[in-house]
Amino acid sequence: MNHDESTPGRLGAFRPTRRQFVTGLATGSVALGLGLARMPASAGTPARRGGAALVTGTNFALSIGAMPIDITGRMRPAITVNNSLPAPTLRWREGDTVTVRVSNRLRDMTSIHWHGILLPSNMDGVPGLSFNGIAPGETFQYRFQLKQSGTYWYHSHSLFQEQAGLYGALIIDPRDPPPYHHDREHVVLLSDWTDLDPAALYRRMKKMPEHDNYYQRTLVDFMRDAKRDGLAETVEDRGMWGRMRMTPTDISDINAHTYTYLVNGAAPAGNWTGLFKPGEKVLLRFINGSAMTYFDVRIPGLKMTVVAADGQYIHPVSVDEFRIAVAETFDVIVEPQGQDAFTIFAQDMGRTGHARGTLAVRDGLEAPIPSRDPRPLLTMADMGHDMGGHGTQKGMEGGCGAMMGEGGCGANMGAMDHGAHGATSNAPNHPTSEAGNPLVDMQSSASEPKLDDPGIGLRDNGRQVLTYGAMRSLFDDPDGREPGRTVELHLTGHMEKFAWSFDGIPFASADPLRLKYGERMRIVLVNDTMMQHPIHLHGVWSDLEDADGAFQLRKHTIDMPPGTRRSYRVRADALGRWAFHCHLLYHMEAGMMREVRIEA
Amino acid sequence: MKTFLIPAPLRLASVVAVMLGVAAPAMAQHHDHSQPATQETPEQDDHAHHDHGAMSQAASAAITAAPREPIPAITADDMAAAFPAIDHHAMQHAPAFNHKVTFNRLEAWDADEGTGQAWEGSAWFGTDTDRLWLRSEGERMGRHTESADLEVLYGRSVSPWWDVVAGVKHDFKPGDARSWAAFGVQGMAPYRFEVSATAYVGEGGQVAANVEAEYTLRITNRLILQPLVELDIAAKDDPNYGVGRGISGIEAGLRLRYEVTRRFAPYIGVVHERALGDTADLRRDEGEATRDTRVVAGVRVWF
Repeated sequence: MNHDESTPGRLGAFRPTRRQFVTGLATGSVALGLGLARMPASAGTPARRGGAALVTGTNFALSIGAMPIDITGRMRPAITVNNSLPAPTLRWREGDTVTVRVSNRLRDMTSIHWHGILLPSNMDGVPGLSFNGIAPGETFQYRFQLKQSGTYWYHSHSLFQEQAGLYGALIIDPRDPPPYHHDREHVVLLSDWTDLDPAALYRRMKKMPEHDNYYQRTLVDFMRDAKRDGLAETVEDRGMWGRMRMTPTDISDINAHTYTYLVNGAAPAGNWTGLFKPGEKVLLRFINGSAMTYFDVRIPGLKMTVVAADGQYIHPVSVDEFRIAVAETFDVIVEPQGQDAFTIFAQDMGRTGHARGTLAVRDGLEAPIPSRDPRPLLTMADMGHDMGGHGTQKGMEGGCGAMMGEGGCGANMGAMDHGAHGATSNAPNHPTSEAGNPLVDMQSSASEPKLDDPGIGLRDNGRQVLTYGAMRSLFDDPDGREPGRTVELHLTGHMEKFAWSFDGIPFASADPLRLKYGERMRIVLVNDTMMQHPIHLHGVWSDLEDADGAFQLRKHTIDMPPGTRRSYRVRADALGRWAFHCHLLYHMEAGMMREVRIEA
Repeated sequence: MKTFLIPAPLRLASVVAVMLGVAAPAMAQHHDHSQPATQETPEQDDHAHHDHGAMSQAASAAITAAPREPIPAITADDMAAAFPAIDHHAMQHAPAFNHKVTFNRLEAWDADEGTGQAWEGSAWFGTDTDRLWLRSEGERMGRHTESADLEVLYGRSVSPWWDVVAGVKHDFKPGDARSWAAFGVQGMAPYRFEVSATAYVGEGGQVAANVEAEYTLRITNRLILQPLVELDIAAKDDPNYGVGRGISGIEAGLRLRYEVTRRFAPYIGVVHERALGDTADLRRDEGEATRDTRVVAGVRVWF
């Protein structure tokens, strides 16, 4: 365990249990049978160790069921597809029309959503928007034509089933060869597992959102900081956070105190292993299928060349490390050689645990596992409260913090006009529905796109870290039009109530966001919370704009760190009712969701 | 990734451009830069200019410039697939109603008269903004209940940090049982002080108030010091209950707990209670002590 000095004895008497909990016992993904899926040999797909079953073709049968599985040393209930957790990897081909018959062997309603796939609304798999859901004992037939290629994933869109295991990788082979060469490939599906009933975990979040934050600053920290920074500065710093009633160690809501992190269904001790021959170019398809966990991924000893984001080709970027938000996918190429084994190390953003796998020339090898980085602390600048300073913690003089959520910090702070384009003007213009709203505990006062910021805990770590700013689609804006209008939405929440929303209005009381079929419009998101949110719009692409408002990167999930203001273009070419939400599962369930309705 | 190279949309663009003379220059630009057209400033300006004129959304945007990839015409099948006849309540939601029951203090102490016990707890049931609150506090000495009350309150969030509450309070002890109407506020003050202030109006016209503030001081993330101060105030003399006008009593406690789990934390503490003003006089007249300091041990639990 990587103790860091700021929390002496934080694991206390529970260390042995914790160790087991974090590293887990599962030795591979749970694939107990192939069920109804046929499993032909897949050309060009080398053998995998661990990982889910691979099924290819155009006709698929998926059977959703419940079964106990053992990830941490205890048998716990899970939801599986064809008796597998994660669900089987589906391999499709661009241009094909696929038919997937999904039968429900659960006692509850279920659904499958094809994340990032362009399809008719009635095939999107969101109960209440696209269809009625799949009732117990029933079979629903999905059928649609594939208009894209790349790495995607699929998961349940019913309550907390995704957390319980209903997620799997989805790969669509392109009709034309990809713009890069590779000799073999592996899916690296990252996820978070809990032994708790996910519904009970949600109830726990409502009762005590800070349950897993065993990293709050203590009297011991205070004395250390006072010695280092001086008493006055330390008191001022604590006062700033105290006036906001917030804590700078709130990096993630749920961490390794609850979760075990998995690679292709294997806990760290299970050590999922992907094989390579020295000198090969290995394509790794990273998918973050977590419910709540951001991962920072690296493979010590290897450069990673990122060639696709969210399934779409980008100009290759060479990095040492990348942060993958929940629901994002990155395709990276590595060329392992000189060692027999390399560790794929994915620490959670809060630095409380890690997922781990190995690339090796044969099974049974291991490489050293790095220790986790020091835990980051949020700064006022992180949260969009920079008042022209440089990210120091002195930005809040004048008691601005005390006004958080009770009138706002003044729109005039840090106001800078970068021109007419969407994302660059950082003077906040908060929706009136946020004012005095009991569900909004904070508003940013100076948000920026921060596209070149590696993010909290990744700055100046001596490694080349991927940023949004470094990624550029391999193609020009496929639509080409300037957006005809701009809709600005603020991500809002209340940490103590674990209430989440857009513009302070939770899903239950929000009107749909209406788009006109065929229009090109711009969505500007402003993060008014201290948490990071991956925002996913179903049905259509989210074309991220650069800081000047030009097309930059085609995505299906836009990551929104605290204090950011980011804009993207939407081409409303898919009629119907679509879900638009934070992909942190418990944030979505707590209200951070809207319906987007594209009408003729 | 090459679809935009297909000439069709460009032809379409030209047609649209010709039809709408205004947009012709912009379209010409498109033609010129039909390949990897890195946005050039003039083109961008052109577009921006059109945007400003096109305040009324979709249709006008489509007019400003035709998309490189044409927007497919809508068919009847598309409409049927886009808006199927479904149950719009089929989406299941996480419960909007939640609850939490906290026994902040469940404690005992040794005293001359025997073992004393005390409790203080609260519970809420409801949504993020509207909640039913139960609050209860009491004390036993030996086998005798010295004081016990229960409040049933409706609480509504009026700001991110403050709820107003209104309801009833019932005192089972001391003395004869009696009820009060209760009004108050509770919430989290800056610096994370948990504060509640409640006014009570009794059946006989008595008016009283209680103010309580509590703080969580982390020595480590599991070893937590909890200071607490509570004030009782009475608007007029209430000799039957041994209460005099003014601030009638103050209680200060300091409890050190160890969170074995978040839900279960044993603690030890010291509590000082003192009667003040006329209340203290009344107590002295009765030959009772006006101050008391005790060492307590207990647990804090929630579920």
